[in-house]
Amino acid sequence: MALEHSDVLRAAHLARLGLASQDAEAYVEDLNQILAMVDQLQQVNTDGIAPLAHPLEATQRLRADEVTESNQREHFQQVAPATEQGLYLVPRVVE
Amino acid sequence: MQWEVVIGLEVHAQLATQSKIFSGSSTTYGAEPNTQASAVDLGLPGTLPVLNEQAVAMAVRFGLAVNAAVAGHSVFERKNYFYPDLPKGYQTSQMSQPIVGPGVLEILLEDGTRKSIRIHHAHLEEDAGKSLHEDFQGMTGIDLNRAGTPLLEIVSEPDLRSAKEAVAYVKAIHAIVTYLGISDGNMAEGSLRCDVNISMRPKGQEAYGTRAEIKNVNSFRFIERAIHFEVERQIDLIEDGGRVVQETRLYDPEADETRSMRSKEEANDYRYFPCPDLLPVEVDEAYIEHLRGTLPEMPAEKRARFESELGLSAYDASVLSGTREMADFFEEVKGVCGDAKQAANWVQGELSGRLNKENLDISVSPVSAAQLGGLVKRIVDETINGKAAKQVFAALWDGEGTSADEVIESRGLKQVTDSGAIEAVVDQVIADNPAQVTQYQEAEVDKRGKMIGFFVGQVMKASRGTANPQQVNKVLKDKLDSLS
Amino acid sequence: MSSSIALHDKTLSELAQGLSVGEYTSRELTEAFLARIERLDGELNSYITVCREEALRDADAADARRAAGKAAPLTGVPMAIKDIFCTEGVRTSCGSKMLDNFISPYDATVIEKLRAEGVVMLGKTNLDEFAMGSSNENSYYGAVKNPWDLTAVPGGSSGGSAAAVAAGLAPAALGTDTGGSIRQPAAFCGITGLKPTYGRVSRYGMIAYASSLDQGGPMARSAEDCARLMNVIAGADPRDSTSVVRSVPNYIEGLNYNLKGLKIGLPKEYFGEGLSAEVESSVRAAIKVFEDAGASVQEISLPHTHLAIPTYYVIAPAEASSNLSRYDGVRFGHRCADPKDLEDLYKRTREEGFGDEVKRRILIGTHTLSEGFFDAYYIKAQKVRRLIRQDFLDAFDQVDVLMGPAAPTPAFDLGAHKDPLSMYLQDLYTIAINLAGIPGISVPAGLAGRRPVGLQILGPHFGEQTLLGVAHQFQQLTDWHRQRPEFGQEHA
Repeated sequence: MALEHSDVLRAAHLARLGLASQDAEAYVEDLNQILAMVDQLQQVNTDGIAPLAHPLEATQRLRADEVTESNQREHFQQVAPATEQGLYLVPRVVE
Repeated sequence: MQWEVVIGLEVHAQLATQSKIFSGSSTTYGAEPNTQASAVDLGLPGTLPVLNEQAVAMAVRFGLAVNAAVAGHSVFERKNYFYPDLPKGYQTSQMSQPIVGPGVLEILLEDGTRKSIRIHHAHLEEDAGKSLHEDFQGMTGIDLNRAGTPLLEIVSEPDLRSAKEAVAYVKAIHAIVTYLGISDGNMAEGSLRCDVNISMRPKGQEAYGTRAEIKNVNSFRFIERAIHFEVERQIDLIEDGGRVVQETRLYDPEADETRSMRSKEEANDYRYFPCPDLLPVEVDEAYIEHLRGTLPEMPAEKRARFESELGLSAYDASVLSGTREMADFFEEVKGVCGDAKQAANWVQGELSGRLNKENLDISVSPVSAAQLGGLVKRIVDETINGKAAKQVFAALWDGEGTSADEVIESRGLKQVTDSGAIEAVVDQVIADNPAQVTQYQEAEVDKRGKMIGFFVGQVMKASRGTANPQQVNKVLKDKLDSLS
Repeated sequence: MSSSIALHDKTLSELAQGLSVGEYTSRELTEAFLARIERLDGELNSYITVCREEALRDADAADARRAAGKAAPLTGVPMAIKDIFCTEGVRTSCGSKMLDNFISPYDATVIEKLRAEGVVMLGKTNLDEFAMGSSNENSYYGAVKNPWDLTAVPGGSSGGSAAAVAAGLAPAALGTDTGGSIRQPAAFCGITGLKPTYGRVSRYGMIAYASSLDQGGPMARSAEDCARLMNVIAGADPRDSTSVVRSVPNYIEGLNYNLKGLKIGLPKEYFGEGLSAEVESSVRAAIKVFEDAGASVQEISLPHTHLAIPTYYVIAPAEASSNLSRYDGVRFGHRCADPKDLEDLYKRTREEGFGDEVKRRILIGTHTLSEGFFDAYYIKAQKVRRLIRQDFLDAFDQVDVLMGPAAPTPAFDLGAHKDPLSMYLQDLYTIAINLAGIPGISVPAGLAGRRPVGLQILGPHFGEQTLLGVAHQFQQLTDWHRQRPEFGQEHA
C-alpha cells in the first residue's frame, strides 16, 4: 500500500505537523520504505485471531469517586507559554 | 410536496460524580478558571487516566432504566482531533464497544399519545474545556475546569418526526437522569446538552435525506426553535433546487437561526483506536443486579401509578411525574394530607403558579412539602376553608409561621361551624342591610341565587373568612326566604 | 580509601554497604560523581541536565536520615535518571526541543519512590527524542558517545543512562524500554539492564512514547544492583491503570538461584541470518557457562519473530501519534513565535519542536490509523501481536528462560545507519519482548574488540525474580560485568 505525496500532506495536516514542502518528498520515500516493510503483515493468516491491545489482557481497575486534587493553577501555569487571568491563551478561535 | 422531518438526538448528560471521570479533580460548577484542572486534566506529559467507578455505575443504571443491554465488556477509545479546549489532542470516549447497548424510551406527547423511541447506545466519555472568546488582546482564553467531567452520551435512532417529539424525548431523558440522580440535568449550566441531527425526506420515502447536525443546543425551547428553523431552511433549500450538505451547524438563539460552523467545516478523520492507557471495563452480572436493586421508581412507572392508584388524570400524572423533585414534593404533600387530588391541585395550582411567577425551581420552594401537606390536611378535615387556606399559604411563603397549624392558630383562621354563631352573624348582616333584603325579596326566585352572593360576602367578611361557606349559604337562604 | 576499587567503579550494592558502615558519606559520594561528570561528560554527553545543587541537598538529607537511624537500604546512593521521567522542579526534556523549557511540576511515581528511599538524583540522562531511536543520535541535545569506543553509539533510546553507568558517571540509572531501549544500550555499554514485565513498574510520570509497550526499569553494574532497584520501584500504582496489582517479591532473595536443572531455550530465530559472528560466539560461550553449571539447553522456535518489527512499526507509531498530540504549544513546552492563527500555532510549534524521527513516526502512525487503513494496519498488527505473544507463552511451557543475543552486532559506529529502516532492523531481538509484555534482561557476556556484547535472558510474565537470579548466578561465574572501559580511568 504505497503512499503518495498527498497522503503525507494529509497525515501532516491531521497531525497538525508543519512540513516545509521540500521535507515532504523525503518523508514520502522514508515512509514508503517503512510501509513496504510493514506490508509483510498482509501475508499472515490471522483468521479467527482476536486483536491484542494490551499484553496482559487485564481489566480496568476503578477509582473511588473522591476529590483528591486541589487547586495548583499557579504552579501548573508557571510552565505555560501564555496565560491571563488564569486562562491559557491561544490565537482567537472562530466558530 | 409533503415533507417529513427525520430527527435523531445525541444527548450529553454530565454525570453527577464528585470527581472527574479520569482524575481526582472536583467537578463543581462555576469555579475560578483552571482551579479544577489537575495534571491529568491538563494532559501534562506522563500523566495517565484512572476510571471513576461512579461514572461506570451511573452509566449502567441509565442502561437498566431504559431496558438496554448493559455491556459486560466495554472499551475506551481515543477520538483524535486538535482543539484548544481538548488538552490531550484526543477525547477519551467509546465508539465500537460502548457500555450501554440498544434500549428504548417511551415518550408522551401533549395530545396524550405515546411513542417508543429507540436508543442506539449510550457511552461514557470526557467533557472538553471551555473557550472564552472575550477579548484578551485578540486571543481566546481556555478554561479546563470542565475538561474531564464525565459525560454519558445517549444516542437515539432517527425515530423522531417533529420538534415536539424531540422535546418530549429530551424531557423524558431529563426525567430519567434526574430520577436516577446521575445528573443534575441543569441545562443552563450545560449539564444536559443536545446535538440534533435533522434531515428531510418526501413523505412516504424510506431513504433518509442528507442530515445537518446542530451542536450543543442547551434548552428545551432552543431545541424546538432550532428544529423549526432548520426544517424551513432545508425545505427552502431543496425546493429551490439546492442540496443539503452534511455539516455541523450552530443554533444562535439571539438571531433564532442555525448557521454553518466554519471552523469545523472540514471533514475530520478522528482515527479512533483503543486507548492504551485504559483497560477494558468489565461489569459482571452480580454487579449489574446489585445496581438494578438501587433503581428508583422510574417516571413512566410513577406516572402509571399516579393514574391507577391515586386516580389522577393523565395530565396531572404526567406533570407531577415530570421531574423527580416535582414527584417527590407531590408525594410528600400527599403523604402528609392523605388526599391525592387535593395535593395534586395545590402543587400544580397555587404552588406552581407562585413558583413560576417568581421564577423559582421547586427544589428551592419557600413552602416546603411538609408545610404544604399540613395546609392541605386542614382543608381536607375542614379546619379551614379555601379562602383561609390561601391566606395560610401566603403566610408560609413569606416565612410568617413555621406550619399551617401555627398560622391558623395565631390568626384565628379556624373555620366556624357552630350554627348558633353563624346564625348570629347572619342575623346581624340581615339587620344591617335592609335595602338589599328588600331587593332580594322582590326578585324573582330564579334570580335570587345570584343575589345571595352579596350576603355571603358580608358574612364571610364579618367572620374574617372563618365561617364555613356552605353553612353560611344554607342559613342565609333559609332566613331570607322565610322573611318573605 | 580502604577499598582497592575506585568509588566510581563500585556497584550500587557496594556503595550502599559503604554508606551503611560509614566508609563515606552520601555527600562525599555525590561530590565524587558530580566531579567526575564535570570532568568527563563534556566528551560523552550522557547527561542533559546535571542536578548539582539538588543532589547535594538530597545527599545531606540522606546523611542526616542515616544519622537519625532511619536509613533505607539505598538511602544516600546517587543515581542517574533518564530524562523521560518527570522530576518536579527539574527540566524534563525527553530529549526534545519541544520540552527544552519544561520544568516538570510533578514527580513520576518511580521518582517519588526513589525519593522516599532517599536515593540521590545526580541528573537527567540523554536519550533519543521521546525514546524513538536505537542509537541516541536522535536527541535534540546531540549524540552520546559510547565510553568503550568514542566512535561508537551507546545504543538507544536509553543511551545516556547506559553510557553514564558504563563510564562511572553514575553507579546506576533508570531507563525505559519500548522496543529494546534498556537492553540494547545495556548490551552496547557492557552493563546490566532489566526491562520488567509490562505493568510491573508504574508508568505514571514517565513520558509516553507507545503506552502499551513502554516500561521503565533499572540499568546498573550487576543483576544484584538491578534487584535492589526493583525492590524500590516495582509495584502497582493507583495512578496507572495498566500497572498490575500483584504482590512484589523481594528480588534480593531471588538472587540465590540454583542453576542446576534450569531449562534454557535457544530461539533458533535469534541465531539466524544477520547475527554477527563475534556476538554469536560470545553468546554461545555464555550459554556454555550455564550448561557447565548444570542447566540444560534446547532449541526452541518462536515462529513469528520475523513479524515483530513490522508489527511494532504499526502499533508504536500509532500510539505515539496520539500520545504526542498534547504537545500543541498551549499549556506547556515549546510554542512558536507570533502564531497568526490557531492552525499556525499548532503546525509551526510542532514543526519546530519535533525532530525528524519523531515526525516520521507521527506521520506513519497518523496514516495507519486513518480511515481506510485502520483495519489493514492497526487491527492486523494487533492480531499478529497476539501470535507473537503466543510464541512466548508456548515456549515457556517448555523452558524456564530463553537466551540469545540482545542485539545482532556490538555497538555500531556513530552515523552508521543513515536511513531509518536499517536502524529499525537492529532491534530484531528485543522488540517482540515488548509486544508480548514479558521481562528481559541484558547482561555483559563478552567483548568484540573494545565493544561489549550482551546476553539477553527472557522469562515469562512476572518472571523478573528468575531472570535476576539467573543473571546474578552468571555474574558469580564470570567477570564481564566487572570490565570497565579505558575511558575516564585515572592512571597514576
